[in-house]
Amino acid sequence: MNEAPALSIRDLRFAWPGQSALLSIEAFAVARGERVLLRGPSGSGKSTLLSLIGGVLRPQAGSLAVFGTELTRLSGPARDRFRGEHLGFIFQQFNLLPYLSVLDNVLLACRFNPMRARRAGADERARIAEAERLLAALGLEPELWYRRRAVALSVGQQQRVAAARALIGRPELVIADEPTSALDAEHRDRFLELLSAECRQSGAALLFVSHDPALAPHFDRVVELAAINRIRS
Amino acid sequence: MTLLRMAWLSVLNRRGSAMLTAAALGVSVALLLGVEKIRSETRTSFAATISGTDLIVGARGGAVQLLLYAVFRMGEPTANIRWESYRMIAEHPQVAWAVPISLGDSHRGFRVVGTTAEYFERYRFGAGRSLRFAAGGPFAAPLEAVLGAEVASRLGYALGDAIVLTHGVARVGLQHHEEHPFRVVGILERTGTPVDQAVHVPLEGITAIHIGWETGTRIPGRSLPVERLEEVDLTPQAVTAVLVGMKSRLATFAFQRQINEYRGEPLMAVLPGVALQQLWSLVAVAENALFAVSACVALAGLFGMLATLLSTLRERRREMAILRSVGARPRTVFALLLLEAMGLTALGILLGLAMLYGGQWLLADWLALHHGLHLAWRMPSTWQLAIMGAVLAAGAIAGTLPALVAYRQTLADGLSLRV
Repeated sequence: MNEAPALSIRDLRFAWPGQSALLSIEAFAVARGERVLLRGPSGSGKSTLLSLIGGVLRPQAGSLAVFGTELTRLSGPARDRFRGEHLGFIFQQFNLLPYLSVLDNVLLACRFNPMRARRAGADERARIAEAERLLAALGLEPELWYRRRAVALSVGQQQRVAAARALIGRPELVIADEPTSALDAEHRDRFLELLSAECRQSGAALLFVSHDPALAPHFDRVVELAAINRIRS
Repeated sequence: MTLLRMAWLSVLNRRGSAMLTAAALGVSVALLLGVEKIRSETRTSFAATISGTDLIVGARGGAVQLLLYAVFRMGEPTANIRWESYRMIAEHPQVAWAVPISLGDSHRGFRVVGTTAEYFERYRFGAGRSLRFAAGGPFAAPLEAVLGAEVASRLGYALGDAIVLTHGVARVGLQHHEEHPFRVVGILERTGTPVDQAVHVPLEGITAIHIGWETGTRIPGRSLPVERLEEVDLTPQAVTAVLVGMKSRLATFAFQRQINEYRGEPLMAVLPGVALQQLWSLVAVAENALFAVSACVALAGLFGMLATLLSTLRERRREMAILRSVGARPRTVFALLLLEAMGLTALGILLGLAMLYGGQWLLADWLALHHGLHLAWRMPSTWQLAIMGAVLAAGAIAGTLPALVAYRQTLADGLSLRV
């Protein structure tokens, strides 16, 4: 493993086709194992930034490196593989494939990434055990694990399943896009505690995007998107 | 967890619309396969109905028509041929045997075949199998009858029963030959041919019951009392057709020409195989039309599937974004949608097979009884497998459209879960 930071952005510029620039970031970095809260109002380009970090979108200019790998230089399929192997995503809501069981939703991350599968366990049985361990650690009752329709879960439960999927196979960077916005304060805090604990345990850095200032105590550092983005929305 | 299983679970997740889509496809597949099944089974069973007969001789007319009434007992003979003509044929030096057939009467919906006892010896079906008696034996007296297997089982007849023939083959407004009941002396084994549906009686019996009916209906007081049968010459005046076996097959064509040029009366001799070929080329037009209609139904089914898949794509954008977030490539999304389309098509094909065999199970009796068509239980033929393969391929081709749309959506949406 090299010593490069989890995320390093330099002089990045991005505009949606036919629109004026949305993001222009001179410098932004997340250290290994660091938990960062990226704050900004909706529409400020947070989700776009996450898509750039995930390698789904490509910046028009600048450098974007994840663990020293320059994403802008990778081909589409290579970025897909890189994302699957090194990043874990948790979205605002509707994180689960409705036709898979809870367990299969967690194991989905292993399905597309041999490397994550290997890190999650040597064989299918070990991977299932790891998925079960994560679900238990995130406070999801065992009777829900094999339920066929994951959509039957409450929003809070769904987000925990999504967190387990983002963490399985120990990706180095977990990216969360407002995963707590649909939760009440109590569930939100509990979710954040469990997520932080698991990130700490697996050594993953956490980049957490939210407009909610009340979350700040759970993080090592709070960054305002407006402070790093030179484009004013 | 393979991509295939994911596609399958995704289809199952929308089982309501999936089942309807598959059912629509299933109906079309059942139609396609059914048309083919009927086509091949008719051909096999028709071809198996007569073998070992080199020529069929009848009154001049259509070759196909002669074949249909003489062998398959379908339709009505146009004219009879004189007994002298039959004698001429039977006594010809090249002819090994000649079995006359006289049609025109019926018994409770089953056709009566007037013939000679030689019929049971000479008639061949399938791969040269001859008729065998399940009970009793051939007739020996004018008022004795031999029943086909279906007649006996449907009407519950046993040896010794008396049956009354009906004048004509219509089902209503019938006149019965009550004064001359026939005694059942033999029951044939099942053959799967029209023989099963026939009541066989001697030509002399046919002559006897029609004495006094020369005007086409009964003239009271003129019919022949049973006790006087012995005193009368019962040689028929005419027969309907003659089945002919040649001593040498090489002589068949020369003899056929002779018959066709016979000056005594207008006769016609046909080779059963040639007449069958003519029949098939006649019905091929209808078969092709049926097949084309079935293919269009299949096409409609595929369009239905396309509509269903495309309409779900909008609500499935989130699903695609989730797959992308765990490292799925756009082409994986493409493959998933394609597999779903193929899965639906495969389901439709299976449903179609089930409908086909279910339909056969339901209709087999009716087809055998009313149309003399015996459907064999077979594995799908090569041609049927090819049809199913073609439907699956068409499903895959149709599936590329929603797969492409999903692929493009995926590229445009990225990881954003906009609805």
